[in-house]
Amino acid sequence: MNWVVKFLTSSLGKKLIMSLTGLFLCTFLLVHMIGNLALFADADGHSFNEYAEFMAHNPLIKTVSLGLYFFIFLHAVQGIAIWASNRNSAGGSSRYKGSEKAKTEASAASRNMMWLGVLILAFLLLHMAQFWLKAKFTGLTREGDLYYEVSLAFQQEWVVIVYLLGLFALSAHLLHGFQSAFQTLGLNHKKYTSVVKAIGLAFAILVPLGFATMPIFFYIKEML
Amino acid sequence: MAHDEIRLTLNVWRQKSAGQAGKFESYQVTANTHMSFLEMLDVLNEQLNSQKKDPVAFEHDCREGICGACSLVINGRPHGPMQGTTTCQLHMRHFDDGDTIWIEPYRAKAFPVVKDLVVDRSAFDRIIQSGGYVSVNTGGTPDGNAIPIEQEVAAKGFNAAACIGCGACVAACPNASAMLFTSAKVTHLATMPQGHVEAQQRVLNMVSQMDGEGFGLCSNIGACEAECPKEISIENIAQMNREYIAAVFGSNRQAAK
Repeated sequence: MNWVVKFLTSSLGKKLIMSLTGLFLCTFLLVHMIGNLALFADADGHSFNEYAEFMAHNPLIKTVSLGLYFFIFLHAVQGIAIWASNRNSAGGSSRYKGSEKAKTEASAASRNMMWLGVLILAFLLLHMAQFWLKAKFTGLTREGDLYYEVSLAFQQEWVVIVYLLGLFALSAHLLHGFQSAFQTLGLNHKKYTSVVKAIGLAFAILVPLGFATMPIFFYIKEML
Repeated sequence: MAHDEIRLTLNVWRQKSAGQAGKFESYQVTANTHMSFLEMLDVLNEQLNSQKKDPVAFEHDCREGICGACSLVINGRPHGPMQGTTTCQLHMRHFDDGDTIWIEPYRAKAFPVVKDLVVDRSAFDRIIQSGGYVSVNTGGTPDGNAIPIEQEVAAKGFNAAACIGCGACVAACPNASAMLFTSAKVTHLATMPQGHVEAQQRVLNMVSQMDGEGFGLCSNIGACEAECPKEISIENIAQMNREYIAAVFGSNRQAAK
């Protein structure tokens, strides 16, 4: 198995891990967002609670979620490690004195993927503490009523603001990450790249936007 | 003062040797707008010589944009502000009277400073030595057109072969990654039938050597292709990724070291 280790620790192998785990997390985002749209299905939250119950107990979902936790961990740890070694290779971020004047061709998102990732991770930990931890371990305010927990959380102004900021970071991260994953897989071709980039743009805007409707909906609903 | 002369303030990186700490020195130079950037530095060095001061060390050779010897980061950009040109092709008419210009060496761990603006780019030579060649039997001169190559294939190979190995990609990359350079060489040779034979071993060896030199990893930012004087595309990096994945999973070959 020596060649596998060699590959995974080579520069291109490390990139491939980032790419594949990133794309897997993209599929999770899409499923999570579409599933959560059940929040809007009815006013008493019956559909959403049923959906949450299904997700929590389906053996297939439970198995995949173990992979999900691992891939989130791998993507984050590997990303930070790559950032640190890249920094070492380049000799710091502001290595050119004259660069204050220079216009930069590369997008701000692409240059700050690690920091955006850390923001997303911090947001994710908060998000999991609010719902996942309560539903699984410490207990919900009302037994079996995740919908009530969600509506309770999103009545607080700071929670809504933090969620919108987290989703903004996610959008910026996806804006570079989605198409970048395809480039890393070697899928850069005149016929397809424009399509990949267009899908990436739509994905990076629509998925976070879909999520953003949820805190906004509950916040406004409470105000009315 | 003639209308085609400009007075400039140059902030130049001065460093005696790799081991010693460097710092910026400020110089006043009057340059003709028809001069190239390197000729302007020649004027500065004549000035310094006449003052019995140590001239600024910088690399140059052909001075027509094909050898890859000149380098420099000018106002934060490798080869200066113009698109698709090397420092020797940069003319002083792109600067204004009274401008302040920052002149720095390429900065990367794999390109240590030798003196002033000169960096050691021998890491690139070692990447080439690890596989950036085709093996040819010695003997009589081969017939020029013995191997038919489609025009489109030849053009693609040539576009990648246009890389002059100057290292601007490494200097521009926030990660100091050498993947644009390495991928240009990999693509150039893998595209042509003469290089196809050794393609798998080549990509394994060159990537392994590149990793060993301490360059960073590519994060598909695209700063390299924006600064490349030969406008090499990052499509080449995608091709290198494909070639590498295919060589690792589709063959029994291993990198030579």
